[in-house]
Amino acid sequence: MSEAAIQAGCRFFAGYPITPQNEVPEYMSRRMPEVGGVFVQAESELAAISMIFGASATGTRCMTSSSSPGISLKQEGISYIAAGELPCVIANMQRGGPGLGNIRASQADYYQAVKGGGHGDYRLIVLAPATLPELYKLTQNAFDYADYYRIPVMILGDGILAQMAEPVELTPYKPILKIPKKDYILDGCQGREPRVIKTLMLNPTDALVTHNINMQKKHEKITADLQLVENYMTEDAEVVIAAYGMTARVAKGAIQIARDKGLKVGLIRPITVWPFPDKAMMEVAKTVRKFLVVEMSNGQFIDDVKLAIQCSKPVEFQGIGGGWYPSVEGILEKIEEIYK
Amino acid sequence: MEFCRKETQKDVRTHYCPGCGHGIAHRLVAEVLEELDVRGKTIGTAPVGCAVLLYNYFNCDIIECAHGRSPAVATAIKRIQPDKVVFTYQGDGDLAAIGMGETIHAANRGEDITVIFINNAIYGMTGGQMAPTTLLGQSSTTSEAGRGNNQEGPPIKVCELLSNLDGVTYLERVAVSTARDTIKAKKAIKRAFLNQIEGRGFSLVEVLSMCPTDWKLTPVQGLDFVNTEMKTVFPLGIFKEKDGR
Repeated sequence: MSEAAIQAGCRFFAGYPITPQNEVPEYMSRRMPEVGGVFVQAESELAAISMIFGASATGTRCMTSSSSPGISLKQEGISYIAAGELPCVIANMQRGGPGLGNIRASQADYYQAVKGGGHGDYRLIVLAPATLPELYKLTQNAFDYADYYRIPVMILGDGILAQMAEPVELTPYKPILKIPKKDYILDGCQGREPRVIKTLMLNPTDALVTHNINMQKKHEKITADLQLVENYMTEDAEVVIAAYGMTARVAKGAIQIARDKGLKVGLIRPITVWPFPDKAMMEVAKTVRKFLVVEMSNGQFIDDVKLAIQCSKPVEFQGIGGGWYPSVEGILEKIEEIYK
Repeated sequence: MEFCRKETQKDVRTHYCPGCGHGIAHRLVAEVLEELDVRGKTIGTAPVGCAVLLYNYFNCDIIECAHGRSPAVATAIKRIQPDKVVFTYQGDGDLAAIGMGETIHAANRGEDITVIFINNAIYGMTGGQMAPTTLLGQSSTTSEAGRGNNQEGPPIKVCELLSNLDGVTYLERVAVSTARDTIKAKKAIKRAFLNQIEGRGFSLVEVLSMCPTDWKLTPVQGLDFVNTEMKTVFPLGIFKEKDGR
C-alpha cells in the first residue's frame, strides 16, 4: 500500500504508531526522503490528520494510515477535510473494538467509515480491498478519486490485510481519471488574488446550506459514477453471500466446497462500500432465494445490504464483534443450515 | 508609525469589540509582512476563536484550522513549501489548552514557522470562560469565584514552558497595552518572521492583549488590567534566543 501510494505520487505522509499498521509509517519514513517527499511522525492522530489537511491545501498528494482507535481520533480532521473539499487518502486497518479493543482483524468500523464518522453531513469514498494486489491497485486509484472529486478517500482494510504477505506485482501508476487543475491551493498569492480555505460559513445566512447542497450533489455524482462490485458465481445461485474485504475472501473458500456438495451458492462483494453498489445488489436479489451476510462485526454492513435490496429477500447473518474472523468451515455450516 | 492602510491589510471594519487587542496585533503582523515584502509568499492560519475571521482582514493566503491544530497544519504547509512564509495566529484557548500538544511538538521539532500567540487570559468568542492563562483570582463565567478556588490550577506561562525545549529558537513576550510596548511588539514580531525567512527555526511571540468585553471592564480599564495585573504574572521579555535549531 505504501509503495502504491509512492508510485501514485503521494509525497506527504503523516502518521502515529498503532498496531496493526506500523509497517506503513515505517516504510514511509524510509521511502519518502528517497523520492523527495515529506514524512512526519506526528505527536497524535489529531496532529497527523491536521497535517494532512495542511498538506492537501498545498495541492500535494498526501496520505495517513491508522487503525480503529486512531481513526476515531482522526474524525475531527476528516470532517474538516471533507468540509474543505480537499483530497487525501486515509487507510484504516481495522482492529477489534470498541475502546482499546484488541489487535485482531475486525470490520466493526463500518458505520464510522460509510456513514460519515465525524460531525456533519459528509461522505468519504470507501474502498474495501480483499487481497494485496487489489490493495495495491485501489490505493493508486484512491489518489485519483480523491483529486477528481476533491473528497477524502478511505481504504477500509483490516488487521489480516495489514499483516499478511502475498505476491504483488508493483506495476507503475497509470491515472484512471483526468484530474482537473488544482485552482484552490495555497502557495502564496503572488500574481493572483489571495485564497482562503475555510469551513466556517456564517454569512450569508444560507452559505452553509448552499455548501451542503453542493456537497450532496457531489455525493450523488459519485454514487452514480462509482459502484464497484465483484460478482462470484451469482448467475445460478440460490443463496448469495454478501461480504466485503477479507471476509469475502474466506467466503469464497466456503462457496467452492458448497458447490462441490451441489449447493448453488454465490458471492457478491462490494469493492466500494460507499457508494454502496445498490444496483448490483438489487440485480442479484431478483434471482436469488436468500442472502447470507458475513462480516467481522455484530451487524453493520448487513443494514446496507437490506437497504440496497429493499428487504425484498430474507437476509441471514453470521458475524460477531471483538476481533473475530470467520472460518471456511463456519461459513459452510451456516450455508448448509440456511440453504433448505 | 505610519497610519496609511497597508496592502497586506484589507480596508474593512473589523468585528472586534472596542478596546480589543486583536486589531493592533493584526496591524503589526500586516506591517511586518509588508516591510519584509513577503505578502505574496505568505500562508497564514486562522484559529478558532475571535480571530477565526482573520481572512477578512489579511490580504494573503489563509487556511482556517480546527481548534488548536494550526501548528500541525502549518508544519505540513511549511515542510512541503520551505520557501514560503507560514505563520499561525492563535489565542490562549487554542494554543495553550486544546492545542497544547500541537504547540509543544511543533516547537520541539523546530518547525520553521512563526507563531503569534494572543494571550488575553479569557475565552473571548465563546463568552468569557476561564482560559489556561486566566489569572489566579480572576473571575470568568466558568470560575465565578475566581480562578484557583476550585482546583483550576495557576495560569500556564507558555514562554517559560517552551523555553525548556531545546528545539525552540526564539520566544518573546510582548504587550500591546501601551505605545511603547506596541513598538517593541512589532520589533519582536519582525524578528520572529525574519528568523523564519533566514531558516532559523521555531519562533513564538506571546502578545499580552486586551479583552475588556469579557473582562467586564471599559477599554481604558482593559489597558490597566494588562499593565498592572497581567504583566505581573506574565513578565515581558525574551525567554529564548538562539542562532538556529
